[in-house]
Amino acid sequence: MNPVDKRRREFFGQAAAIAGTLVAPGLMLYEYAQAKAPADPVSGKVRWGMLIDTTKCAPGCRDCVDACNRENGLPGSTRSTDSQWIRKVDLKDLRTGRAVSIPVLCQHCAEPPCVDVCPTGASFKREDGIVLVDRHTCIGCRYCMMACPYKARSFVHEPTTGQKPDVPRGKGCVESCTLCVHKVDRGGTPSCVEACAAAGHGAIVFGDLNDPQSEISRRVRAASTTQLRADLRTDNGVRYQGLPG
Amino acid sequence: MSALSRSASARRAFWLLLAAGGAVVAVALGAAHYMEEHGHVVTGMNNQVVWGLPHVFAIFLIVAASGALNVASVGSVFGESAYKPLAPLSVLLTVALLAGGLMVLVLDLGRPERLVVAATHYNFRSIFAWNMILYNGLFAICALYLWSLLERRLGALSKPVGIAAFAWRVILTTGTGSIFGFLVARSAYASGLIAPLFIALSLAWGLAAFYLAQCGLARLAGQEAWDEALHARVRRLLAIFVIAALYFVAVHHMTNLYWARQGAFERFILVTGAPYPALFWIGFVGLGSVVPLALLFHPRLAGPRATAAAALLVSLGALAFLYVFIIGGQAWPLEIFPGYEAASSFRDGQVDGYAPSLPELLLGLGGVAASFVIALAGARVLPILAPPKVAIPAAGPAK
Repeated sequence: MNPVDKRRREFFGQAAAIAGTLVAPGLMLYEYAQAKAPADPVSGKVRWGMLIDTTKCAPGCRDCVDACNRENGLPGSTRSTDSQWIRKVDLKDLRTGRAVSIPVLCQHCAEPPCVDVCPTGASFKREDGIVLVDRHTCIGCRYCMMACPYKARSFVHEPTTGQKPDVPRGKGCVESCTLCVHKVDRGGTPSCVEACAAAGHGAIVFGDLNDPQSEISRRVRAASTTQLRADLRTDNGVRYQGLPG
Repeated sequence: MSALSRSASARRAFWLLLAAGGAVVAVALGAAHYMEEHGHVVTGMNNQVVWGLPHVFAIFLIVAASGALNVASVGSVFGESAYKPLAPLSVLLTVALLAGGLMVLVLDLGRPERLVVAATHYNFRSIFAWNMILYNGLFAICALYLWSLLERRLGALSKPVGIAAFAWRVILTTGTGSIFGFLVARSAYASGLIAPLFIALSLAWGLAAFYLAQCGLARLAGQEAWDEALHARVRRLLAIFVIAALYFVAVHHMTNLYWARQGAFERFILVTGAPYPALFWIGFVGLGSVVPLALLFHPRLAGPRATAAAALLVSLGALAFLYVFIIGGQAWPLEIFPGYEAASSFRDGQVDGYAPSLPELLLGLGGVAASFVIALAGARVLPILAPPKVAIPAAGPAK
């Protein structure tokens, strides 16, 4: 190899290394952000949902509930006036006596009754299926709480403390599970899902119901799942496995 | 000169009553401020019973407002000229009751200061948003109606405006009933029957409120409240409306009893779920309907005093009915998991308790007082009261 070729090879090698060093972190960050920059609109091609495997959800386990309270700055107390965005419900089948324990949260319906009834449009559904309350236009009429078939909403009955910057809350407004939208928009997953996985239960799968390759879609295709009060045809984004309807 | 300012004693009584009503309104505003400062934690409401005693008063006043327009409608729309002298008070009372009801509704919001948001952001899929338009529209129509009734030069307008007001109020009460009727997931509501039920209730409650207002204002003015022939007709009309309301309530419950899945709720609300069965059977059915019917039909009790007692009982029965309907209906748990017994920290599957707090009661009474103040002041500044000794023709359509 003559010296000119050798220098040329070294030059290309160094240039590739420098380019790689410059581009790689950007690519990694880009992946981390799941291709959605803050200014990008939410895409209707995505429908976020959850699959809850009731056979893996242990009675008495509150990991998801505690994680939700920590993430969203909720006090975690359970007076009848306190907010509970996710709760564990113990169920006993009246026909067979079989007992299960399941987390219940906003079901992020495709046809949400809370959105229909809200007089100001403060209750709204994003293109990606996440149902939220706009804290600036909620007048605190509580009609959405009357309309929700799942008792998923809470009214802030008293002044709030310990608010998190990502999760604004306010006395006199209605609130509910946001599906940790502040994390999802940065490519993360809801805190309840992370906590359940970290504890080794893996009872909650989060993902895009519109993506046929996602784990949630494959699981929903493979196993029989139910939506709560499917007779109301609200087409819930939260599905339950192992809970006969 | 208004009939309420003719004598010194009438003037004194007017100002005393106005001051008393104003004081109750002021106390109610204080109660609402207290609720807003501390949040709804100082009320009896919670995450299951989200609408409490203020809604009972607000819905009563709004439904009665629509019904109070009956008397004017009978005169303008159905051509019964005997009722025409009473029409201005009927329209004024509609405005007064509606304003009182809306005051309670707005002050019970979590964020009452955001009323401007409610006025500028409309979700047209919401029956609540439609109702806001209907309520404001009724104010506008009533203002025009009242003007056409009091200004001779606009007399020709009173019939078309009266017809518009009649149609508007039927739609409005359909809307108020549909606030509940469209709640598909709740055992207590979710029925198309609630709209006609509310219209029947409005006829009875509105006429009862009108009767009491007419008696009170006439007494204050030192006038005879009723011509005897007209009184007999109003008495009969009130009885018919009370029976119609009872009929629709009975049909609503029978419909629920027919559906197997509603049986447990009906047993709760009518038999086991204290205090609701007592309020329903003793408060609404007994004291609020059967006793008034006895007072209205008994031949020995044909006087205005018995009719006034009946009207008062109908109004109190209305509050009992709405307490059972609104609060009892929410106390019963949502059926989220059919076929399962449910328990949770959020009171799934449980009947939840509700005890109204003093601020709620004061706010509700403040709405009644606001209606009273508006009606009283209106009757003073406008020539509302029918002049005494007016010759009222016997029953029959206007020529």
